[in-house]
Amino acid sequence: MNVHHTPPVAALELDSVGFIHRGHTLLKPTSLRLTGCQRTLIMGPNGAGKSLLMRLAHGLLTPTSGTVRWQGAPPAQAMVFQRPVLLRRSALDNLTYVLAIHKTARQRRKAQAMSALEKFGLAHLAKRPARVLSGGEQQRLALARAWLLNPQVLFLDEPTSALDPAAIKAVEDAVLEFHHSGTRIVMTTHDLHQARRLANDVLFLHNGELLEHTPVDEFFTTPSSPEAGAFIRGELVW
Amino acid sequence: MPTSDNAFRTALALIMSMDSALLSIVILSLQVSLIAVFVASLLALPLGAALALWRFPGRNGVIIALNALMGLPPVVAGLCVYLLLSRAGPLGEWGLLFTPTAMVIAQVILVLPIIAALTRQQIEALHAEYAEQLNSLGLSRSRMIPTLLWDARFALMTVILAGFGRASAEVGAVMIVGGNIDGVTRVMTTSIVLETSKGNLPMALGLGIILLALVTMINAIAHIIGETAKRRLG
Repeated sequence: MNVHHTPPVAALELDSVGFIHRGHTLLKPTSLRLTGCQRTLIMGPNGAGKSLLMRLAHGLLTPTSGTVRWQGAPPAQAMVFQRPVLLRRSALDNLTYVLAIHKTARQRRKAQAMSALEKFGLAHLAKRPARVLSGGEQQRLALARAWLLNPQVLFLDEPTSALDPAAIKAVEDAVLEFHHSGTRIVMTTHDLHQARRLANDVLFLHNGELLEHTPVDEFFTTPSSPEAGAFIRGELVW
Repeated sequence: MPTSDNAFRTALALIMSMDSALLSIVILSLQVSLIAVFVASLLALPLGAALALWRFPGRNGVIIALNALMGLPPVVAGLCVYLLLSRAGPLGEWGLLFTPTAMVIAQVILVLPIIAALTRQQIEALHAEYAEQLNSLGLSRSRMIPTLLWDARFALMTVILAGFGRASAEVGAVMIVGGNIDGVTRVMTTSIVLETSKGNLPMALGLGIILLALVTMINAIAHIIGETAKRRLG
């Protein structure tokens, strides 16, 4: 069984983190601190730098300025992408693969993988090639894979943007399940309703600049920047 | 003048007669080419994958060289191996010249660049798709190689077949380093050259037909295995 870590998750500090690519500033120097077991949603229009900020935080990209720092040992992390990247293997083998990477004893892999498939309602698809599953099933499989990594921090990059409402519900339930077991959630979305449903606090980005980091109620009732206000009202912000 | 009709009849008669000399030629041909492709694959698949994943100075030069070597004329490869293995050559003491081993070595040199260069392309494309996920899982590049090779297995099967095509079709290299010695290093392609030069064109054509049939058979088997696996795994 999965025993998620209960000790407090290490704080993540971004100190003047900026990212410049071929002379274009994609992220202006940004400082922020993520602590505790929060559900943080990164919001903003397309191209605001949401995915970039997340990749910098997760360590997939190295900032061109500033530092990304964990207070204490870096915690176990996992990331779920907008388009799930699944290996050209069966659903089950996609899961035993990560267990093999993390040196789970061979004889325990299958049972653990099956229990994760069951947890995410995919047990009947175990033998199916992962890449012929529907979009929603693929995303749930990606979540099941993340589950097996026992992450203390889970990054999700617009995980529901290509899904139908039922599949969105399944993903959001899974996110809450992760949170319930003590995982910090960091997720990007441009869906206001989703943010209201899931967020404890909101990071609002616009044009590569972090304009707000506020609790969700405050963000939706009294946004401090005019851009965030316009975004919430559904006006186009450029 | 031989007609295609009597060439086919000759081929058929050759097969029917189960001539032991012919059989040994066919077996040696397959042995040499299959072993060469196997050895070349063992070296070239990881090499191609590594070339896809690592950035280092001179990398472009290596890629260009590999691509160019795909067109290496078999006689030139044969000549190089000949010089290496000949009595006066640096490896002359091994006494390998005019043996099937020498033929395998020559064919490995011909096949390796093809498999390595095409593997590099396939793995680079697949890596572009997998990179973020595999990085997120914390995999080092050397640990990505088996994953990428396995997940590209269907494309790589075709790559290996291209290598096998090269090995089974070439005559220049095996002729030079093998010497076309009857019963020792005579293979299908060198026999065809010999029969043609003797003017025994029906025999030459008959051998050609058998060679073509064998190559087709191996490709068909590989294709069927690949398609079945693909249907099963998506």
